[in-house]
Amino acid sequence: MKHILTIALCLAATPVLANRVFVSNEKGNDVTVLDSETLEVIGTYPVGNRPRGITISPDGKELYVCASDDDLVRVFDPETMEELHTLPSGPDPELFVLHPSGNPLYIANEDDNLVTVVDTETHQVLAEIPVGVEPEGMGVSPDGKVVINTSETTNMAHFIDSETFEIFANVLVDSRPRFAEYNHDGSKLYVSSEIGGTVSVIDPATQEIVHKINFEIPGVLPEAIQPVGVRVTSDGKRVFVALGPANRVAVIDGETDEVLDYLLVGQRVWQMAFTPDEKYLFTTNGNSNDVSVIDVEAAEVVKSVPVGQQPWGVVVAPE
Amino acid sequence: MFKRIIVLLAGIWLIAGPAPAQEQPEPTLIRAAVLRVDRPGLPPISRLELPEEDLGFAGARLAIEDNDTTGRFMGQDFEAEEVLATPETAADELERLIGEEVEFIVVLADDATMLALADQAGDHAMLFNAGARGDNLRGKDCRANTIHVAPSHAMLADGLAQFLMWKKWSRWFLIEGSHPEDTVFANALKRSATKFGAKIVEERLYEDTGGARRTDSGHVQVQKQMPVFTQSAPDHDVVVAADEAGIFAAYLPYQTWDPRPVTGSAGLVPRTWHPAMEAWGASQFQNRFEDLANRPMREEDYQTWLALRMIGEAATRSQSADPETLKEFMLSENFEVAGFKGQKLTMRDWDHQLRQPILLTTGLLMASVSPQEQYLHQVSQLDTLGIDRPETECKF
Repeated sequence: MKHILTIALCLAATPVLANRVFVSNEKGNDVTVLDSETLEVIGTYPVGNRPRGITISPDGKELYVCASDDDLVRVFDPETMEELHTLPSGPDPELFVLHPSGNPLYIANEDDNLVTVVDTETHQVLAEIPVGVEPEGMGVSPDGKVVINTSETTNMAHFIDSETFEIFANVLVDSRPRFAEYNHDGSKLYVSSEIGGTVSVIDPATQEIVHKINFEIPGVLPEAIQPVGVRVTSDGKRVFVALGPANRVAVIDGETDEVLDYLLVGQRVWQMAFTPDEKYLFTTNGNSNDVSVIDVEAAEVVKSVPVGQQPWGVVVAPE
Repeated sequence: MFKRIIVLLAGIWLIAGPAPAQEQPEPTLIRAAVLRVDRPGLPPISRLELPEEDLGFAGARLAIEDNDTTGRFMGQDFEAEEVLATPETAADELERLIGEEVEFIVVLADDATMLALADQAGDHAMLFNAGARGDNLRGKDCRANTIHVAPSHAMLADGLAQFLMWKKWSRWFLIEGSHPEDTVFANALKRSATKFGAKIVEERLYEDTGGARRTDSGHVQVQKQMPVFTQSAPDHDVVVAADEAGIFAAYLPYQTWDPRPVTGSAGLVPRTWHPAMEAWGASQFQNRFEDLANRPMREEDYQTWLALRMIGEAATRSQSADPETLKEFMLSENFEVAGFKGQKLTMRDWDHQLRQPILLTTGLLMASVSPQEQYLHQVSQLDTLGIDRPETECKF
């Protein structure tokens, strides 16, 4: 009966294509795959030890997973979840970002103060870039010319030339920067600071902080407000910030940088991903072992879906 | 003065026009020292806690590595001289460091030595207390030239008390040792009991008469002695042991007359650090330390690391290498440092104590972290731990 319902729902939803949603479970050593329309779990697949960062190629043919404790990136067929090959990553890969063209992959090596650049076709390491202590957040400009790394103990956003692999600017931000995200026209760079409790809005042209977003939630201790994941809608109008143990996602006006709302999600929310049509935003909630599904237009949480142990990262397959 | 201006200018230039690494001028040196004063004494009860030769120094080495990595982008270079002393040679070593114009000195010493060194240093150096827990050092004997990185007895006791009250274990059987440091910890526990509404049903003194300790017959003696020693106590929920000297508390678990959990100096122990801590990015930090030192991190290492990271953080944020600027910044409201505790650590201006969460640890794990979320505070929840502004006896 349940199956029939699911099928019926699928049929009803035909105008929108379903996409696969991939959630890395840090303690479960696996990836949970969801269907973006039915919001049902399709399956759970082993992916190596301590999977954290997760991303997918622009053509949707390769799924990349940072297997932190295996010291490599594992590459899977997103349809079958068979492992295709591995990529050298340097030690303890945590988070990475793909060049908009799909190659290369820029990987933060948290234990080694490096960003490793890997060619996704030849599987060769192209460069190792020394950065600050505990590199984590990785962002890339829409034109692919600049790669951003944030270092959690050095507290900087490092601007890296994606061709020469040289750092050309360092911006000091608040404590423990976790994530860097450009808006789609490249006019703003958002860097979240977990311990500082802020999001710095940086002008990429001048590498200066133009605004700092602060958060205040009635009934929530300020110490619990720990910004991590950041996502921006493609029109640049809405910015979503995951606030960790505050168990909220902040909704921000992308033009004025003002906080509009806080959405209650699961516990210790870290990373987020949109569906390609930006109808839904998925959040990983590490302590409640589930994923919250946010209706982007309505700015409402519509569902939570149990996944594996300590969900960390999430990516949605492209159209 | 001239040098200072150049340093400031260099800092400003680096920030204003971030240049490629290879074009940076000669980095500015920021000097510190770690002075560890070892007191001769018996080996600990458990060989798992035998002292490490590089205790505290290894933490300092990691901090210098971390500071230097950041310093590369700031044109700053950090160093920390490692100095090992005895209570007799400590004053001479401090004298020498001051003579060499080292203005930041991290000290691992007992309460009395810490105080004596602070008085000796005067305004020639800023001391970072990375070991001594005495409440008097933050109270009537506080010194303006000392920053307390180590938590006080009161903070540790309050951290434990909050957890015990959350468990509704409010009737405590307090067993204290006969050494002076045991007495001050016991006093802190009594204060915590009053503060959080626990009742101490009995205080019992464990007299240190020497004894078998780690000889072959040690465990035989313990099995006979501890049940007898703990019998006939009034009804209690929990045993709270104050044994800073490390004489008896580790023998208490499973040997008490009544089947009750042991806390304080054994069993559930309040600490600043534990090598099994994995939360808040600590896994990476533990990995980096273990790669460098080939052993797990101890509290002393965490505290020297944190002290030197405070200096590094102040240098990065103030974009200065000038000791006066750094001191002023570290003691200001604007100062905050991340220490793998899930929130920023800040400075209490009334006694120069660093605010910090307290870990409650069992042998293998961290069982909880205080402050417990139910205990609220009008300024910072961390101020529910230790001596708060209205009750301080410190006058600088």
